[in-house]
Amino acid sequence: MPESKEKKYLKPLPHLDEENRPWWEALKRHELYVQKCRDCGDMRYYPRAQCPSCLSPRTEWVRAHGRGKVYTFTATYQNQSPGFRESLPYIMAYIELDEGLKMLTNLVDCRPEDVKIGMPVEVVYEDVTPEVTLAKFRPAR
Amino acid sequence: MSLSRKIAIAGVYEHPTRFAPDKTMFQIMAESVRGALDDAGLGIKDVDGLATTGMGMGGMGIIGFADYLNLTPNFVDSTAIGGSSFVAHTAHAAAAINAGLCNVCVVVYGSTAASSRTAVGTGGGGGSADPPDQYDAPFGVTTVGAYAMIAQRHMHDYGTTSEQLAEIAVTMRLHASMNPAAKYRDPITVEDVMASRVISSPLHLLDCCIISDGGGALVITSAERARDLKKKPVYLLGAGEAVRHSARGQRDYLNIAAAQSGRLAFERAGVAHKDIDMAMIYDSFTITVLSTLENLGFCKPGEGGAFVSGGRLRHDREFPINTDGGGLSSNHPGMRGIFLVIEAAKQLRGECGPRQVKKNCQIALVHGTGGALGTRHSGATLILSNN
Repeated sequence: MPESKEKKYLKPLPHLDEENRPWWEALKRHELYVQKCRDCGDMRYYPRAQCPSCLSPRTEWVRAHGRGKVYTFTATYQNQSPGFRESLPYIMAYIELDEGLKMLTNLVDCRPEDVKIGMPVEVVYEDVTPEVTLAKFRPAR
Repeated sequence: MSLSRKIAIAGVYEHPTRFAPDKTMFQIMAESVRGALDDAGLGIKDVDGLATTGMGMGGMGIIGFADYLNLTPNFVDSTAIGGSSFVAHTAHAAAAINAGLCNVCVVVYGSTAASSRTAVGTGGGGGSADPPDQYDAPFGVTTVGAYAMIAQRHMHDYGTTSEQLAEIAVTMRLHASMNPAAKYRDPITVEDVMASRVISSPLHLLDCCIISDGGGALVITSAERARDLKKKPVYLLGAGEAVRHSARGQRDYLNIAAAQSGRLAFERAGVAHKDIDMAMIYDSFTITVLSTLENLGFCKPGEGGAFVSGGRLRHDREFPINTDGGGLSSNHPGMRGIFLVIEAAKQLRGECGPRQVKKNCQIALVHGTGGALGTRHSGATLILSNN
């Protein structure tokens, strides 16, 4: 495989659009937000243009602290898809943010055997392309 | 309006193939339709309803299959909610027949997942452009990984062990050893499961369903008509379906769709848990079975580990499930809902030979799961009886 191909980012990338662009642009600035409905107060993750609980389009972007706990996790040893097969094993986890919302993400900077449910974690921003930054988590320092 | 005992499964057929590199999905499906109609004593001209998912098919899905079989049905259903689809189709066909939309509905499935070397469950999915996928796909969520996270949380909350999950795989293999069509028939032990490589922790290779080719079909009609046909009717008592998803980031992940679909099916059937003589529980992974049994209410949350241990799920024991060997050992061509209904019907007709459940089998429960418990999934439950 030519060297240029090896350096290309091969994992799936999000599609930026009207309702999620503020969220992805904030990640690019290394800021994590969740959404709160201005009418019913319900919190939500992932970003949506309307509150799924009352359908209100009035949304407040709430800055998240970027801290949470591991709700559950798995270390994946088999995935043939491009980008992932080169990074086995990797850890996938649901993080329960201090704001009370669960996010699916990757745990980084730790070994599978060191991960425990309930373990405190903090956000780490991974700039994967010039346009896209992913929010991943690592053990809290 | 209750459907109880108004509609029956009049014919079933499980395609014997587990590897068919020279057949198309449609050929397997058509052969299955013929088998199920033969079983019922009906012909293709009697069919005026058609149901299949359309998942894995080209552009127009079910219409393409209608073209292939030259069918012009009055009722079509291509509900596509993953592996449970065919369980849901059975209920939908029953409702359609009861409402007069059609008289004889065929539910059919076919797949060449094994011979076309599809990475069922371990593909890391680019996902789709749909919003929910966009927040999962960048992190490498696989089907097995999503189930593994349920297992991990269950172990944390309740002390469930890998050995307890392994017991499920061991029992399914024992059942497969009594099913001549099953893909894997050599008995395994808890130690074998534990020694198999980890695919996505804490799930081992032998905690995961196999990949096979296969297919099957059901013939659904009114109870009245079914009584005049070749085989003993298998009556539908009650059905339910449900979905679970990320719930805007607020889901309790150990609560799965089975909690809702099972409650509906029991209420509608008017039977109790103690009335169930055997069950067919979708076994994409060992954790799927344990979690489903708890959510259906056969045991309390956290008691699943003990419930499945000590061979209690064997065909000759307290709570027989998956007597065909399940997706863990018999067949799993990507979606296995139809096989759950087929085996339950055969058990209720007393046709299972050495793997026939020892107790007098009068009421069976079927539960299909589609998608992934740890991200988004569907559940469809049926309660069936031979009287």
